Amino acid sequence: MESLTTAGRGGRRAIPSRRAMERWVMPALGIATLFGGWALLSGLGLVSPAFLPGPLTVLRSMAEHTREPYAGSVLQLHLLASLEKFLISFSIAVLLGVPLGLFMGRFRALDWAVAPVFEAFRFIPPIAWVPFAIFWFGTGFLSPTLVIFAGAFAPCVLNAYRGAKQIDRALIEAGQMLGAGRWATLTEILLPASLAHIVAGIRVGAGFGWQSLIGAELIVGSTGLGYMIVQGGSNLEPAIVISGMITIGLIGAGIDYGMRALQRRVQRKWAR
Amino acid sequence: MARLPLVGRAVPGAMALLDRSAAVTRLPPAAVPPAPASRRRPSLRWLVSGASVAALLLAWYLATGPLELLSPMQLPSPADACDALLEIAGEGYADGTLWQHVASSTGLVLYGFAAAALTGVPLGIMMGQSRLVEAYVNPVFQIVRPIAPIAWIPLTILWFGLGTSAKVFVIWLAAFAPTVINTWTGVRNIDGTLVEAARANGAAGRLMLLDVVVPGALPAIFTGLRTSLQACWMVLVAAELVGSFVGLGHVLIIATRDLNSGMIMVAMAAVAAMGMLMSALLAQVERKAMPWKA
Repeated sequence: MESLTTAGRGGRRAIPSRRAMERWVMPALGIATLFGGWALLSGLGLVSPAFLPGPLTVLRSMAEHTREPYAGSVLQLHLLASLEKFLISFSIAVLLGVPLGLFMGRFRALDWAVAPVFEAFRFIPPIAWVPFAIFWFGTGFLSPTLVIFAGAFAPCVLNAYRGAKQIDRALIEAGQMLGAGRWATLTEILLPASLAHIVAGIRVGAGFGWQSLIGAELIVGSTGLGYMIVQGGSNLEPAIVISGMITIGLIGAGIDYGMRALQRRVQRKWAR
Repeated sequence: MARLPLVGRAVPGAMALLDRSAAVTRLPPAAVPPAPASRRRPSLRWLVSGASVAALLLAWYLATGPLELLSPMQLPSPADACDALLEIAGEGYADGTLWQHVASSTGLVLYGFAAAALTGVPLGIMMGQSRLVEAYVNPVFQIVRPIAPIAWIPLTILWFGLGTSAKVFVIWLAAFAPTVINTWTGVRNIDGTLVEAARANGAAGRLMLLDVVVPGALPAIFTGLRTSLQACWMVLVAAELVGSFVGLGHVLIIATRDLNSGMIMVAMAAVAAMGMLMSALLAQVERKAMPWKA
């Protein structure tokens, strides 16, 4: 009990068996509960396979749909379609959002002008842009772009803004005194000094953008993972739905992993 | 005495590493200009802000009205939006009046959010207090969490149909993870010295939990709840767009089908307004719950 409450300081009384419990036994138990529970629920027939197929069925269906097209194309192509849409609009959001945030942090007048508008739009969930996305971009490939953009833009702006705001003014003034012009101030001082914040914002934005993309694909379009799972849902094929969800999870985790690696690099490089 | 600022200063770096949503940001209250100049600045500030908003509204009016730069379908004129608002508020639209849709959507968010708070905070505290619980739950979390809550929508519809329970479930799902992770981080980051000091003074069990752990983790808990609330609205709208009989998302989808852009704008504004209102209420609760921070 005592070591339970000192948990905040790490296991000081490092009894080996306890360590093993924390390192291996409990995590293994947790994972076993997840997959075992899943397998048991469907295996023992507690839940009809029409609602929850077992893990093996899902894996088999996943493997099958790398060869057999479902909802228009095979799994990899749905995945590629989603990734492509994501990359396009996510890049646009970063390229517009980060400079806007930096400039807002640097120039007060711009901050004053943009902040009220930004605040008003911030509370609109990205998915609520779907109708206008349809009106503006049609129901084709480009349709989710606006939604992804809406998801990724705000975190990019906000974090770049915070980054620019937390910079020591003395740093900027020193730079200017040493002869840095407007451009040099931006690229040599503002950008590097707020890079950690910017990358954090990009990471949040990537997560939101990916989520928004899936949401948009559920509603509009005819390619992508979101489209695939919504089709699987309406055809009452949970194996398709779950294999799509697993793919979405894997890609989401991959994106976050990449972003975290980027963040670590930036932190290492610019850590003072 | 133990209730005084025992508050763990959340380590920002650690939080960001653990949770991408923990870093979700609010615009910090636009920085007050440095003291000396502050006599004149605020009025200038309002002038600039006001002019910017006015210019935007004017551009909207001109582009959709007199100049006809945009077709009504691309962007409704202010008059269209007003008509739509009057229509839905009065006779109703998409099988209900504005109030019915707002009440339905808000109710779902409240249910899901409350369920997530009531389950997520205790789990987060348990994970923060016990390495064993953490070791048990964390891997499951790491496996399930990358699956975007929105991606659960088709499966939950398959399980629960288009009614209330499917939506409450996905909303709960969306709000659960940020709540748990922030609570857990908050408990973990409580200053160990405080815990030791409390124990040396005889605190244990319930007392330790209520007077040291919970207050210490409260700022982080509220960060989690704020993030959760936003996630709730996002998932709600998505779920209602995919399938529903009532609610603001339902209005959006019917208006899209009818090519009624004015109504779309009204529904978007209503969602934003409710989201804003609930965030403001949560901020009030936060202030009440942590008087020492004010």
